[in-house]
Amino acid sequence: MLRLEARPAPSRLFAWASPVISLVITVLVAAGLFAALGKPPGQSLAVFLVEPFNGLRALTELGLKATPLILCSLGLALCFRSNVWNIGAEGQFLLGGIVAGGVALWITEQEIAIGPWAFVPLAVAAGALGGAAWAAVVALLRDRFNANEILVSLMLVYVANLLLSWLVFGPWKDPQGFNFPQSVSFADGTAMPRMLTGLRLHWGFVIALVAAVLMWLFMARIHLGWQMQVGGLAPAAARYAGFSTRRALWTALLTSGALAGVAGAFEVTGPMGQLTPHVSNNYGFTAIIVAFVGRLHPLGCVAGSLLLSTFLIGGELAQSRIGLPAALSGVFQGVLLFSLLACDTLIHYRLRWASGASRAAGVAA
Amino acid sequence: MLRLELQGISKQYPAVRANDGVNLQVAPGQIHAVLGENGAGKSTLMKIIYGAVRPDEGTVRWNGQPVQIANPQQARALGISMVFQHFSLFDTLTAAENVWLGLDKGPTLAEVTERIRSVSHDYGLDVDPLRPVHTLSVGERQRVEIVRALLTKPQLLILDEPTSVLTPQAVEKLFVTLRQLAAEGCSILYISHKLDEIRSLCHHCTVLRGGRVTGEVDPTAETNASLSRLMIGSAPPELAHRPARPGALALAVRGLSLAKQSPFGTTLADVALQVRAGEILGIAGVSGNGQQELMAALSGEDRRAPEGSIRLFDADIAALSPRHRRHLGLHFVPEERLGRGAVPVMSLAQNTLLTRTEAVGPLGWIDQRTVRALAERLIGAYNVKAGGPDAPARSLSGGNLQKFIVGREIDAKPKLLIVSQPTWGVDVGAAAQIRGALLQLRDAGCAVLVVSEELEELFEISDRLQVIAGGRLSPPVAVAEASVPMIGEWMSGLWPGRSAQATMQEARHAAA
Repeated sequence: MLRLEARPAPSRLFAWASPVISLVITVLVAAGLFAALGKPPGQSLAVFLVEPFNGLRALTELGLKATPLILCSLGLALCFRSNVWNIGAEGQFLLGGIVAGGVALWITEQEIAIGPWAFVPLAVAAGALGGAAWAAVVALLRDRFNANEILVSLMLVYVANLLLSWLVFGPWKDPQGFNFPQSVSFADGTAMPRMLTGLRLHWGFVIALVAAVLMWLFMARIHLGWQMQVGGLAPAAARYAGFSTRRALWTALLTSGALAGVAGAFEVTGPMGQLTPHVSNNYGFTAIIVAFVGRLHPLGCVAGSLLLSTFLIGGELAQSRIGLPAALSGVFQGVLLFSLLACDTLIHYRLRWASGASRAAGVAA
Repeated sequence: MLRLELQGISKQYPAVRANDGVNLQVAPGQIHAVLGENGAGKSTLMKIIYGAVRPDEGTVRWNGQPVQIANPQQARALGISMVFQHFSLFDTLTAAENVWLGLDKGPTLAEVTERIRSVSHDYGLDVDPLRPVHTLSVGERQRVEIVRALLTKPQLLILDEPTSVLTPQAVEKLFVTLRQLAAEGCSILYISHKLDEIRSLCHHCTVLRGGRVTGEVDPTAETNASLSRLMIGSAPPELAHRPARPGALALAVRGLSLAKQSPFGTTLADVALQVRAGEILGIAGVSGNGQQELMAALSGEDRRAPEGSIRLFDADIAALSPRHRRHLGLHFVPEERLGRGAVPVMSLAQNTLLTRTEAVGPLGWIDQRTVRALAERLIGAYNVKAGGPDAPARSLSGGNLQKFIVGREIDAKPKLLIVSQPTWGVDVGAAAQIRGALLQLRDAGCAVLVVSEELEELFEISDRLQVIAGGRLSPPVAVAEASVPMIGEWMSGLWPGRSAQATMQEARHAAA
């Protein structure tokens, strides 16, 4: 029988190498899948992993997809390190999009003259408010009634989805939109300013990178950030030191909600320019994988976001160029997370083939 | 013919050589002590004998025959039984059900109950087989474990630190039982680091240090000093204990009653104590009698204490958080080092931030240089063997981490230091150093409250003693007027001024 045996000291090298190893495993699985689907593995892999980097347009698209992933995964990394299991970034993302979209819609309808740079702070504030409010529901229920934050945050994703649908099918529907479920297109003044003319990448990408650096400082250099990590690593030590678990809970959820909300605001006022029932590309859920691939480290989250957006774009390309199913990129995300978790387990434990005798020994010891 | 003979036993773990060419010979009917510090390799050796660990080298002979003990079932079949330091009993089952579950092949529960009655009668092991385990005192639980071991009619009984949870009187009772067993021909391997017990009980003593045998002696012919020289390589320094000069009242606890928070916790009932500046108050008691609950209330981890029941320099601190209490000068060293006193995966430098805020500037900015300098200073001043300020807390041995944590709190210049189990699982050298530091702190005018299960330690450093039993606290007594038998009796809840009926009830629970 196979048995897991704790290693005396987990290797630091492999703790950092494990994302790379799991990426290699994912690529191998991908190659196998392509072969099974009757596509040339080498060429398909190239479409998946090389094409997204081919040329300026492709690179800016990569940054555009990475922006919401970075913002969402930063907040999740803080939550997970604080032992707060917020898996509802998707819902917080949607609420940020709804509130920012509502503001943009209002400006459009009132025909208020506003420049893009004046609108950016407004979009950030609106998105942060929406996302934080949605996360505050989770924090409140956890704090007040000890409700499980995993369930509450996940369920609120569906509520957020239905709220968005109701808005775009109902009150916010474009009257001239041939009854399509979508809002009017926002005024030009409410679009995220773009970094390069003609390309969709907007300055939100830079804001996300700044957020990553700030989050890194908060975790590594600020006492509150450190305290929250103590609460996640050793709750008894946090109690002994007198660090407030309530403050950690609220800080983690409000921060991550606000960041996801800002991501939603950028998406709605950036590439979309209107509200539809499909605001998110599952960014909030993908960000969970990003956070773990990035070792819950803010700078790792940036790298992880770029990797996962490669998958997203590669999936789209594979669909259009070689006719592979769209679900494939989801499969690869899953394989990546799965092999990452497996690698992590094997860093802390080794496999032993145990005979009956030593198995009993393990129990007695 | 020898009952058990080990020759050249070696066991290598990835990080440490736990046993290195160990020889051990146990005669029938012999009470054989295995003495050594934490980490000397005693537990590994016992697990090898009990079949829980396989040795890399060496031979085991049982009654003259070479054997390979593959697992504990086989060990029990040979006639080897072991009572572990940490009991393996199910709280919600009765004593008989627990014993029954532990037996390899199946007599009925009724038969087991009957056999428990007869064995406990024969050996003076007072056990009621029908009581649920959670209603039993620690001493009673240990008796259940011993009865369970005896039901297999062992030829060799291994006891791992059996007295760490017992009152002195209960220790005496245990020794009577063990001597009777030995007289009937059962060999006993007695693992301990308590020198007095080994000298009074055992016929022969094998001393281990760093995985090797460093001595084979007749303990009755040795002194504590000579045994500890074999055990640690040098005699522990004598403590210079000068009379205390108590000053102002530092901590005053009155009418502290707290309902238990878990079904197996202890309710604190009307606890009262006082600690003055410049004195050490020791709190003795068998573990699980309310020590943890009292510590949590005093440290601020449990903030349910009634208003005014805990006063620090006449300020009511009953509702204050641990941080707030530290600001007022109350520092606390908990008994769990890893996970409570320190975050295992964080560096020593980071761990100073748990209770020290010198390095925290405006906006909560942590100055890394100050943090590291503080850790470096503590490592130097308290003789902590560590890889430096960046070494993770879990990489330190128990004694070195404890020195670091005690140092961290003493270095904060507290007005009141509360220490729980200051030398639990700490080697003799580190223990002496920690006790010395506590005395020094007292002489510098700090009020010190020490909770410990080691009576010897409390008599060594305390000025006054109180005893906790069943969540109640005895009146204080000056150490000069106290004796070990008297404190032992108090540990059963029998102190003067208790109503006879209450005492009877609690004595059953807390005692023996």
